[in-house]
Amino acid sequence: MGVAGVIFDGLLALALVWLAWQATRAADLFHAVVSFIVFGLLMALAWVRLEAPDIALAEAAIGAGATGALLLSALDRLASRDGRHRMLYEPATAWGFWIPAGGALLGGLNLAAWKLPAPGLGEEVLASLKLSGVDHPVTAVLLNFRALDTLLEIGVLLLAAVTIWSLGRAPSPLVPAMPSPALPALGRLLFPVFVLVAAYLLWRGSHAPGGAFPAGAVLGAGAILMLLAGARPWIRSSEHGPWRWILSLGLAMLLAAGVTGSLFGGAFFEYPTGIAGPTILVLEVAAGLSIALLLFALYLRGEPCEHGYRGAGT
Amino acid sequence: MTVYLSLSGVLFLIGLHGFFTARNLLRRLLALNVLTTAVFLLFVVMARLAEPLDPVPHAIVLTGIVVTVSTTAVALALLVRIAGRPRDEDDDAVAGPRGDAG
Repeated sequence: MGVAGVIFDGLLALALVWLAWQATRAADLFHAVVSFIVFGLLMALAWVRLEAPDIALAEAAIGAGATGALLLSALDRLASRDGRHRMLYEPATAWGFWIPAGGALLGGLNLAAWKLPAPGLGEEVLASLKLSGVDHPVTAVLLNFRALDTLLEIGVLLLAAVTIWSLGRAPSPLVPAMPSPALPALGRLLFPVFVLVAAYLLWRGSHAPGGAFPAGAVLGAGAILMLLAGARPWIRSSEHGPWRWILSLGLAMLLAAGVTGSLFGGAFFEYPTGIAGPTILVLEVAAGLSIALLLFALYLRGEPCEHGYRGAGT
Repeated sequence: MTVYLSLSGVLFLIGLHGFFTARNLLRRLLALNVLTTAVFLLFVVMARLAEPLDPVPHAIVLTGIVVTVSTTAVALALLVRIAGRPRDEDDDAVAGPRGDAG
């Protein structure tokens, strides 16, 4: 790695610890949230240093981007109530419990990690990579070897969107008043770029870091930007009702792919030999679209409604 | 790699302590996110230590990131509902329950 690499890692680690401390300890909530977003972005650098570019992409797009947008929009509603805390944390006596307890838990986790079979599954994945239909090991694991994880993950995302929508209507001015007249114009100009980048990431996923998750996150971020630029979310109205099915398209396609495998005598998620590549591509497109729309749906913080958009109601 | 293993440990402690002792629910949520990042970091360091590079923990962490954003989104929606609830003027609407931190 060299001396420069070690120094870089050390500085990065220090910055991350400081930002995490700020994110959980800063007196001002806005300060805390912004620290957390920067923390996510620097984490992306750490993932690159650890040779995990897929995670870096996902962290930058979903971890820092989508979570940051969600946190900031929620903060907009919470900040006025936060005011003056008499005490930010439980009394300091709690440290007497938390340092030993946390240390013990951490020690246990590290012991478990240490005891894991050392070589990991790298060899096995590389050996079966030719059969998987894609050239990138992480995509092969995500959409072929362990596609069940991806199925459940999209299920969790859909469940989150359903939960949020079931809490009630979306807040009636969906976005706060525009701080700058440049944003709407810029948002409209940039949206095609978002679509292009998303398509590129999706296509790239078969042979290099990329794939459905970063692509979906980028597209979702584009949609959120359009919303901030004054566009109305069309998934709210009944005339576009069928489009709502895209929300569950990813889950449905993955489930169909899994069940088809077992119907034809194979295992759950066993793709027919030869067409594994195209199957994965179709699944990635479906999952990417679903993830984009689901992240957007999460951002709405409630079921978008047709009539009460500008009216009263909470 | 030692740097990242220690980083994972420190972040874990910061996150754990924040999660259990913060009085503000949004702070707890931020601490929970720091905590999950620490766990992801441990996974990825283990993957990096393997020879050749192990892609399975990477896939698991990608799944974990999406699950974390779902959790965060649901928790934030609940927080906003809690804060919007009519309560006493001087009562802190988003503070945690008084006197019991667990």
